[in-house]
Amino acid sequence: MQTHERKLLTIITEAAIERALIADARAFGAHGYTVLDVRGGGPGGEREGAWEADRSIELQVVCAADVAERIAEHVLARYAPNYAVSLYLSDVRVFRAQKY
Amino acid sequence: MTLDPVILFFALGVFARLARSELRLPDALYETLSIYLLIAIGLKGGAQIAVQPLAQLWPVALAAVALSAAVPLVLYPVLRAGVRLGAADAASIAAHYGSVSVVTFAVAQSALSRAGIEPEAFLAMLVALMEAPGIVVGVLLARRGMAREAGPGAAAASSWGTLLHEVLFGKAVVLLLGGIAIGWIAGPRALEPIDPVFVGLFKGVLALFLLELGLVAGGRLQDLRRAGPRLLAFGLIAPPLLALVGGAIGLALGLSVAGVATLATLAASASYIAAPTAMRIAVPQANPSLSIGLALGVTFPFNVLIGIPLYIELARRAAG
Repeated sequence: MQTHERKLLTIITEAAIERALIADARAFGAHGYTVLDVRGGGPGGEREGAWEADRSIELQVVCAADVAERIAEHVLARYAPNYAVSLYLSDVRVFRAQKY
Repeated sequence: MTLDPVILFFALGVFARLARSELRLPDALYETLSIYLLIAIGLKGGAQIAVQPLAQLWPVALAAVALSAAVPLVLYPVLRAGVRLGAADAASIAAHYGSVSVVTFAVAQSALSRAGIEPEAFLAMLVALMEAPGIVVGVLLARRGMAREAGPGAAAASSWGTLLHEVLFGKAVVLLLGGIAIGWIAGPRALEPIDPVFVGLFKGVLALFLLELGLVAGGRLQDLRRAGPRLLAFGLIAPPLLALVGGAIGLALGLSVAGVATLATLAASASYIAAPTAMRIAVPQANPSLSIGLALGVTFPFNVLIGIPLYIELARRAAG
């Protein structure tokens, strides 16, 4: 079966900016996204997700390499200075090229 | 007077956290309990508004909104000059105190009914009205202060439209106002079939919620070490002073003893549901562990353990 190269952009951050991030990802050309509720810790402390202001999300976007790069640049410039942000890119192969 | 069991549940939560117990309430339960509490408080207020004259409501509502908006204006300069915080942190903390804590209100109601006095029913509406103004004023203060610190280039993090939507249609306001509207429209008789859930179970649910809040507050205590003694002192001194202002307004408006104590409690309380999320979106430069550590780690326990009994006693003396 034929597969196509795409990027998986994973953004782990504070739940407070979920809506803004999704709107931004869409605006930069992402066709779809997946959000997971997560918890964890980093150099800035623990985020246990026990209540509203302490929640964290993992936003996953499968998209073309240039779109992933534009979203990542935007997230690093706009959100990373003030929010807890963990961000990475991985290679994935998708079956239906037009969907991503 | 024996201790209210709901307060002992809070203490158990703090203890479990400090003892590093593995106890952790599921996120879904926290969410469910907070939704329940907001609806139950709204319904109770709405049902009683339905059978009471409203003439007394409007001046109290206006005063409450003005009080919520004025608190950050008074606290901001104190936090800047007295506690020596930057503009973003000072404005964020001021906004948390301008907004109100629903659970502190619920604990005050519980304490008042144990004391055998019931406040005016429409005070539940004040909780909804006092959520937003303090937050909006806090954001204005932050933007003005940061523009002065960093010059006009300091970009605003989000539009006013997004923020107002967050504040006015956030969970707390929608559920409180929704509960009030349902209670008001249906009236006490029509609500009787659902009373076993929303009235009968209220104190038990409040106890469980306070167990959860104890766990969260216990976890916030380490933030306070970073906060320093000035901020800690602020978290203990500001509530009783704000309570005096709220109580004085209640007296001037001619509220009952329980009403005066409730308004004092609302004035003294600091938000940790609506304000943290709104400030995180509107003023991301502010350090949330300072404001939340203070609201939940210092002011909430202070109000629940010492403040509320004190405010009730003061209200009794002032009105009696």
